[in-house]
Amino acid sequence: MTTAEKYVTAAYCVVFAVVLAYVLIIALKLTRLEREVDALAGRAGPEAEEEARREPAPVG
Amino acid sequence: MGRSYRIPLPALAASAFVLVTLAIAMVFFVAPNDADQGFSQRIFYFHVSIAITAYACFAGGAWKAFRHLTRRDPRYDLESYVAVHQGVILGVLVLLTGSIWAKISWGHWWLWSEDQLVLFLVLFLFYCAYFMLRFSVDPGPQRANLSAVYALFGVVLIPVSFAAIRLAKNLIHPVVFTLQGPRFGGWILVTYCVAQAAMLVLAYTLYRVELAGKLLDSRLRELREVLA
Repeated sequence: MTTAEKYVTAAYCVVFAVVLAYVLIIALKLTRLEREVDALAGRAGPEAEEEARREPAPVG
Repeated sequence: MGRSYRIPLPALAASAFVLVTLAIAMVFFVAPNDADQGFSQRIFYFHVSIAITAYACFAGGAWKAFRHLTRRDPRYDLESYVAVHQGVILGVLVLLTGSIWAKISWGHWWLWSEDQLVLFLVLFLFYCAYFMLRFSVDPGPQRANLSAVYALFGVVLIPVSFAAIRLAKNLIHPVVFTLQGPRFGGWILVTYCVAQAAMLVLAYTLYRVELAGKLLDSRLRELREVLA
């Protein structure tokens, strides 16, 4: 592997690693939020749970 | 606020995956070696695409900030924040890939004498300061308004940063886009266009995912207040 090939590979690996880390962080955060929503809806009782089912959070 | 049509998130994610894979394949297997820089020029395809996508995110953040100031809708504040956040992450990637490319091409990781590099760093730091401002104020209309004004002012730096490379006298950083069009053609241009499309779609997909999280967080906060 030449020096140029090593640097190019490093650059693309950096891009991949940063995007992957970002996606993982967002995925973990979304999982935690969904757990919290479920817990709160459960605490609020069946009526709130029904309400949460009827009006889900908009995606995007 | 009326909801306009939006591309479903799974379709966006699939498009981003296909385009990024295609772009990487073209960069390594289709695009020819540059006559001047050889193999190392292949960093260009993602470095420039990411830089232009970062500018687009900052501009999008400013547009949403403007919409927030005119409509006072908290959703626009969230959208502006997420766009700026995306821009900063892409800015990190521009600086990292640019440094790697600079090291192989110029023999230096960074050159303070290059206006283009320094101005991009200024733009990046300006938007980093956006987060300091935002999180130093309690959540609410005041924070949303301050953030919106800051994001709106920042957009002025984008044309300055973009034009710096054309105004500078002593250039090392290459100029690839001129008023007469791009200074390359053939497979290099096709590969660049695919890489640019891939970055734009990927950034928009991540924007939508992060925004979904922020909206969920916001609804959760409301729910907590109701239950308190």
